[in-house]
Amino acid sequence: MSPAFLLRRLLLAVPTLFGVAVVVFVLLRIVPGDPIAMMVPGEATPEDIARLRESYGLDKSIPMQFVIYLDHLVRGDFGVSISLKQDVLTLVLGRLPATLELALVAITLSVTCGFTLALASTYWRGTWIESGVDAINSIALAIPEFLWAMLLILAFAVLMPLFPISGRIDPMRATAFATQFYLVESLVRGQFGLARELLGHLALPALALALPLIAVIARVLKSSLQEVMVQDYILLARIKGFSNLRILTREALPNALLPTITLTGVHFIFLVGGTVLVELIFAYPGIGNMLFGAASNRDLPLIQGVTLVFALLFILLNIAIELSYALVNPRLRH
Amino acid sequence: MRALLRNPKFLFGAFVLLALVFVAAFAPWLAPHDPMAQSLLNQLLPPRWAKGGDPSFLLGTDTLGRDLLSRMIHGTRPALLVMIAGATLSGLAGVVLGMLAGFFGGWLDTLVSRTVDTFMSFPPMLLAIVLAAAMGPGLGTVVISVVLIGWTRFCRVVRGEVLALREQEFVTSARTIGVSRSRILFHELLPNLLPLVIVLLGLEMGRAIVVEAIMSFIGFSSSGLATWGSIIADARSYINQAWWAMTYPIVAIIVMVLGLNALGDGLRQATDPVLQR
Repeated sequence: MSPAFLLRRLLLAVPTLFGVAVVVFVLLRIVPGDPIAMMVPGEATPEDIARLRESYGLDKSIPMQFVIYLDHLVRGDFGVSISLKQDVLTLVLGRLPATLELALVAITLSVTCGFTLALASTYWRGTWIESGVDAINSIALAIPEFLWAMLLILAFAVLMPLFPISGRIDPMRATAFATQFYLVESLVRGQFGLARELLGHLALPALALALPLIAVIARVLKSSLQEVMVQDYILLARIKGFSNLRILTREALPNALLPTITLTGVHFIFLVGGTVLVELIFAYPGIGNMLFGAASNRDLPLIQGVTLVFALLFILLNIAIELSYALVNPRLRH
Repeated sequence: MRALLRNPKFLFGAFVLLALVFVAAFAPWLAPHDPMAQSLLNQLLPPRWAKGGDPSFLLGTDTLGRDLLSRMIHGTRPALLVMIAGATLSGLAGVVLGMLAGFFGGWLDTLVSRTVDTFMSFPPMLLAIVLAAAMGPGLGTVVISVVLIGWTRFCRVVRGEVLALREQEFVTSARTIGVSRSRILFHELLPNLLPLVIVLLGLEMGRAIVVEAIMSFIGFSSSGLATWGSIIADARSYINQAWWAMTYPIVAIIVMVLGLNALGDGLRQATDPVLQR
C-alpha cells in the first residue's frame, strides 16, 4: 500500500464531501418552512424575526448562502446550531465518541459471536449444534434490525429486566469523566463498576446492531471453513495427530479468513449507519440521536454538520476497509 | 400456474398479502371502534383474555384509551399504500435507469453507476431523515424515502442483467435486422427481465413495510393516522405498564416481511425452470 495511493484516495474524498454538502444544503432549502419562525416566541415582532434571520445569514439568496457556508467550512467553522445555540462542530464532536463506542462494541460483539458460531458449527459438524446455528442465522437475517431492537426491548427489559433500555449512563455519574469516551476512559482508569454500567446500557443497542452482522459472519466463515476442511493439508495435519481444535483454529481458520474479511467490510459500514436509528430507539446520546433532534427542529446548521461528519466517517471507513483488504490479501498489493 | 399453487411459500405469501389487502379495504367495517377515539375511562386496558380485560376491547387499549385492535386494523392502510406506491415507484425508477445504463453504456452508465454507488455508500436512514427534515412529515415523505432507499437495488440488478442479455443472439439479431432501440428495450429486453423484477418487487414490498414502520415510529409519517410504527412508538413510552401493546404491531410487521419474502421466493421457484428441477 503506497502512500501515493492513500493520498489519492483521500483527495478523492474531497469531491464526495462537496457533493454531500451541496445535496444536503440544497435539499434543506428548496422547501418552504422557516426555521426562524419555529424558534421565536409568539410575541416576537417582524423586526425581531428579520434581525434573527440576518444573524443566521438566512436573508441572503441560496447560492450566496452556500458560498458563505463553504467559505466558513473550509476554515473549520460549521456554523451555530439554531436550536441549541452552540457551535455545531463542538456539539457534534462532543457526541461522536458515544456513537463510536457503540459501533465499536457492536462490531466486537458481532465478530466474537460470529466467529464462535462458525467455529462451533464446523467443529460439531452434522450435530444439532450445526442445525441450531443455521436456524439462528436465518432468523437473524430475516428480521430487520428495527424489529430486533423492539424484540430485545420486550425480552430483556420488560419480561426479563436485565438491561436498561435507554440512555448511556446515569447522568449523576457522567460528570466524573474527563473525556467523552466514557467506556474507554473507565477501562483505562480501572473503574470497572462504571464500565459495567456503561456496558449494561450498551448491551441491547449493540446487540440489535450486531445481530445481522453476526449472521453474515457466521454464514460466510462457516462455508469457507468447510471448504478448507476437505483440503489435503488438513488431512496431513490429522495424520500428524493434531487435535481437532488445533486443526480448526491453527490450520483451517487462517486460510478461511479472506472471504469473511472482504464480505464483512461492507457490513461494518451498514452497522455504523444503523447506529442512527438504534440510538433513537434506545435514547442513546450519540450523533444519530442528535440528528433526529436537529431534523425535528429544522436546525439547518446542525443537520448539515452531522451529515458531513457522517459522510466523512464513511469515507474514512471505506478507505480503512480497502487498506485492510490489501493487508490480508497479498494479491491486491499493487 | 399449477406449480405456483403447489408451492407452500407462494401460498403463504399470497395469503398474507391478500389478508392485508382485505383488512385495509374493509378497515372501517372491520374495526370495532374509531381508531382515534379517546376514552379516559378505558385507559390501558389489557387484552380481553387477560385479567381485567374488557370484552369490547379485544386487544386492549393504549394510554389514551384508544382501541388497539382498531388502530392495528386502520394501520394496514398506510402500510399498504406505502408498500404499493413505494415498491412500484422504486421499481419503475430502478428498472428504467438500470435498463438505460446497461443498454447504452458509455457516460450514461458511468453516471448511473456512480450515483448508485454514492447512494449505497450512504446509510439509508440518514437520507430519509434529511429528506423528512426538508419535506416535513407526511405519507409523501415516507413514500419518497422508500423510493430513495430502494431504487438502487433494482437498478444494480437490472443493469447487470441487461449487460448479459444485450450480448445474446436474440438481441444482436434484432439489431441486425434494424429493429429500433426502443423496440429492443421494451419488446426484447423487458419481457426477459420481468420474472426478476417481480421477485425484487416482492422483497421491496417487505422492505417498504419496515421503512413505513420506522418512519412513523420516528414521527415522520402523517400524525393524524393510526400506523403500526406510531403504535410501537406510543407503546415504547408506556412499555412498563402494558408490554403487550408493542407486540401486536411487531408481530404484524414480522409476519408481513416474512410473507412478502416468501412470496418472492415462491414466485421465483415456481417460474424459474432451473430451480424447478
